[in-house]
Amino acid sequence: MEPREAFASAGELAQGLGRTGYLADASLATVAWLALRLQRPLLLEGEPGTGKTALAEAVAEALDLPLIRLQCYEGIDATQALYDWDFPRQILHLRAVEAVAADRAKDVEAVEDQLFDERFLLARPVLRALREAPAVLLVDEVDRADDEFEAFLLEVLSTWQVTIPELGTVAAATPPVVVLTSNRTRELHDALKRRCLYHWIDHPGLQRELEIVRSRAPQVSETLAAQVVSTVQALRRDQELIKPPGVAETLDWVRALHELGSPTLDLDTAAATLGVAVKYREDAERVRSALDRILAS
Amino acid sequence: MTGAAPVALRPHAPDAVLLGFARALRAAGVAVTADRERTYLEAAAEVGLLDPAGVYWAGRATLCSSPADLERYDQVYAAWFGLERAGTRPRQDQPPTVTMASLDTDGASGEAGGQEQDTVQARASATEVLRHRDIATLGSAERAHLAALFAQLRPRAPRRPAHRATPSRRGAVDARRTLREQLRRMGEPGPIAWRRRGTRPRRVVLLVDVSGSMSAYADALLRLAHTYAATGLPVEVFTLGTRLTHVTRPLRQRDPERALVACGDVVPDWSGGTRLAQGLKAFLDRWGRRGMARGAVVVVFSDGWERDAPEALGEQMRRLRALAHRVVWVNPHRGKEGYAPVQQGIVAALPHIDDFVAGHSMAAFEELVEVVACA
Repeated sequence: MEPREAFASAGELAQGLGRTGYLADASLATVAWLALRLQRPLLLEGEPGTGKTALAEAVAEALDLPLIRLQCYEGIDATQALYDWDFPRQILHLRAVEAVAADRAKDVEAVEDQLFDERFLLARPVLRALREAPAVLLVDEVDRADDEFEAFLLEVLSTWQVTIPELGTVAAATPPVVVLTSNRTRELHDALKRRCLYHWIDHPGLQRELEIVRSRAPQVSETLAAQVVSTVQALRRDQELIKPPGVAETLDWVRALHELGSPTLDLDTAAATLGVAVKYREDAERVRSALDRILAS
Repeated sequence: MTGAAPVALRPHAPDAVLLGFARALRAAGVAVTADRERTYLEAAAEVGLLDPAGVYWAGRATLCSSPADLERYDQVYAAWFGLERAGTRPRQDQPPTVTMASLDTDGASGEAGGQEQDTVQARASATEVLRHRDIATLGSAERAHLAALFAQLRPRAPRRPAHRATPSRRGAVDARRTLREQLRRMGEPGPIAWRRRGTRPRRVVLLVDVSGSMSAYADALLRLAHTYAATGLPVEVFTLGTRLTHVTRPLRQRDPERALVACGDVVPDWSGGTRLAQGLKAFLDRWGRRGMARGAVVVVFSDGWERDAPEALGEQMRRLRALAHRVVWVNPHRGKEGYAPVQQGIVAALPHIDDFVAGHSMAAFEELVEVVACA
């Protein structure tokens, strides 16, 4: 099915995402739905652990499309994002032709053509997304890549096609659904941002985070889930932490407590399992000294 | 269809209302371009005009491009459409300039309840000395002289090893290039190609203290920052005072005078008080830890006068040192006769500093450029 036609409204998309276990609020659902309708890339920014990457996974699952992931890093270039030729196999092929063709009358050009054949092409994520479209292409942590790579990405995202000199142009039949995530370590270029729909994901509120925990970790008792969520919310709100725990940490913490078999969050179990939610020594000290006050309230 | 009637005479035409809103947003300082306006109209048409919430989110997604824009968007939206959006919480954590504290020294009045953005702003404007200094009207002869000298500075970025290997005469065997060369010879062995890791410019982060005690140097330091920012190297510049302000964008302009005027427009706390530890914390939390300071050369321009407890500055400097490749502290007073680092702030920071250099004269700046390039 054409991805842009799959959901008639933002509300339907929110329901579809909900069925996969991703609870999107109205704002995120509206923006994601618009990205599908307008066939624009969706640029998501926000604190780590607020579900930017998870959204792409949920969209892929809801649309029943393959998810193709491109993890960006410093120094990534077109051969890792687009395509590369399989040199060892090409050499092997040459040797094989040499061994077989005892008579020297073999056509040289035909052999050369065989070398740049589909079977020696290593398709990397962006090319795969164009060929396998409709698909969901997740460009993760795009702020880690260099400026040059951004320009390259911009070219692909605006034309939805790629030219391989030896093979010709590969164009997507239907543009893939593209989700870009950024942690804002670097300001992205305006030209790239202009192509995209922009959304900032915040930490969820108490009620929503509770719903997320209930749907992601259904085995955990309701009292434990409520206690952990309200504690995490209090930590985010009141404590000046270096790295406030995200939703992922909340889920880890709830699951850890469940594994330990503790029915409620008390001072001892909280102190013992704090390392699941808080990852800095300074934070841990601060939280430990504040825990009894938070748990008492 | 009235056909020829101009848009202004049909005040209720929805596209005119929406476009007017986009223009108002541009006037408020959000970089709204013509193609963004078009996308906005398309998006609004998709969600339908009968769905105000949908139109709100469509505009937010198409017209904004950074957390700083979102707050302005909410304000202009409320002013233009005359209604408050339910569920838009005031953002406390993302604006580019961060209110850290009021300047009133006469006690803890109102310290407790100031969480709401509005009250912080109101109090800040009442008590904080938000002086917009006109940088363009400085003493003329010396300024021209000094500006010419700054133009002669040639800042170089320090280098770091790159991920990618580049062709070289020595190093490891470049199997791929060697094989490619063989392929060109139809499989006959050819010369062996070598490669080694290249280098790339390392990021430089400049944190300039623009508080009252540094006011005599602030202009010169920002000129220095401009010579760095205008080179096109990976450089980020912030000012520290009672607030932390990101000023890389205004300083990127080539012309130094224009850049400084633009910088003066965005920095709200010229010659105010100093909250070094708070400023550093804001930098580390919002920028540094996410990657800006990681592996970078961080240069702090300050005299180390600190209003708060020196231990807080020590802790933030330790965090900065743990992230950065090298921490350089530039103190204008260091070059003076009889200077000793006795201010509590400097004493607390010293253990976490790699290079402690002077910054009071042109010669000192040249030395600093050298220190940064070799870091």
